Amino acid sequence: MSEPISALNHASYEGIAKVEECGLQGMITLRGDLSDKVLAKAVKDATGQKVPGQREAFVDGDTGVCWMSTDELLVLVPYAEVEAKLAAMTNALSGTHALAVNVSDARAVFRVSGANAREVLGKLAPVELSAEAFQPGQIRRSRLAQVAGAFWMDDAETFRIVCFRSAADYAFKLLKVAAQPGSEVGVY
Amino acid sequence: MLILNCPYCGVDAEETELAAGGEAHLKRFGPGSSDDEFHDYLFMRENPKGVHFERWRHANGCGKWFHAARCTQTLEVFGTYSAQTTEPPQEIKDAITAKRPGWSWREFS
Ligand SMILES: [Zn+2]
Repeated sequence: MSEPISALNHASYEGIAKVEECGLQGMITLRGDLSDKVLAKAVKDATGQKVPGQREAFVDGDTGVCWMSTDELLVLVPYAEVEAKLAAMTNALSGTHALAVNVSDARAVFRVSGANAREVLGKLAPVELSAEAFQPGQIRRSRLAQVAGAFWMDDAETFRIVCFRSAADYAFKLLKVAAQPGSEVGVY
Repeated sequence: MLILNCPYCGVDAEETELAAGGEAHLKRFGPGSSDDEFHDYLFMRENPKGVHFERWRHANGCGKWFHAARCTQTLEVFGTYSAQTTEPPQEIKDAITAKRPGWSWREFS
């Protein structure tokens, strides 16, 4: 059996913020009626979290759930458990109009951390990232320069970023340029 | 730069996060319609200097389609609303009337 590795296999860079590719992350796209009780229980069983409201992200380490749209959630589970969690979820949702798909290998995940993390993201996404506007517990789907990306904050100085695996190299290079030494803007 | 509030995400998304989807509230004329109706459905579009209704998609975001009412002359946005409607909701029409009394657009006013 071949060994699964993530897109950039833990590549990292140190500039005005630290940029790391996080490695493998189990990820399930779940679509359905977010007010459905069966769906809510499936999310709870998989992640221990309740269904997030608009733009909420409840993430603890490599487990959690993020609001992606009015009918879509991103369920995060440890990579090694994704098949089992997906099977349990699919089973629980068998009588419900919902769809759960393993997208782990279609995605790349990055971490940007440090006092200038907001600046690094702010250079790439057309999003208000001041501490008043964006906080841990929120998710924002947007773009990173020319590719789609979603991000949330693990703490006051740490972002986690999800993009398509096919764009991982581009996204990493973007983040590196945005984190170049001496490139502080001083806005946030 | 146009900034539209996505009614699904609730975020103020700027133009580069959005994809324009053309004129709003087109009524489809398909099989069984006359040639003139089909022609108008395919080709005839409003091109106003002023109040306009459009479809937009939050492409780099939630991915949902929504509607926007705005002024093509000033880029003022009167409001955005759900895609699940065939006509502008009353509060959008009221918001336009407050700023542009006497406006009309296709069959709406
Ligand atoms: Zn949206």
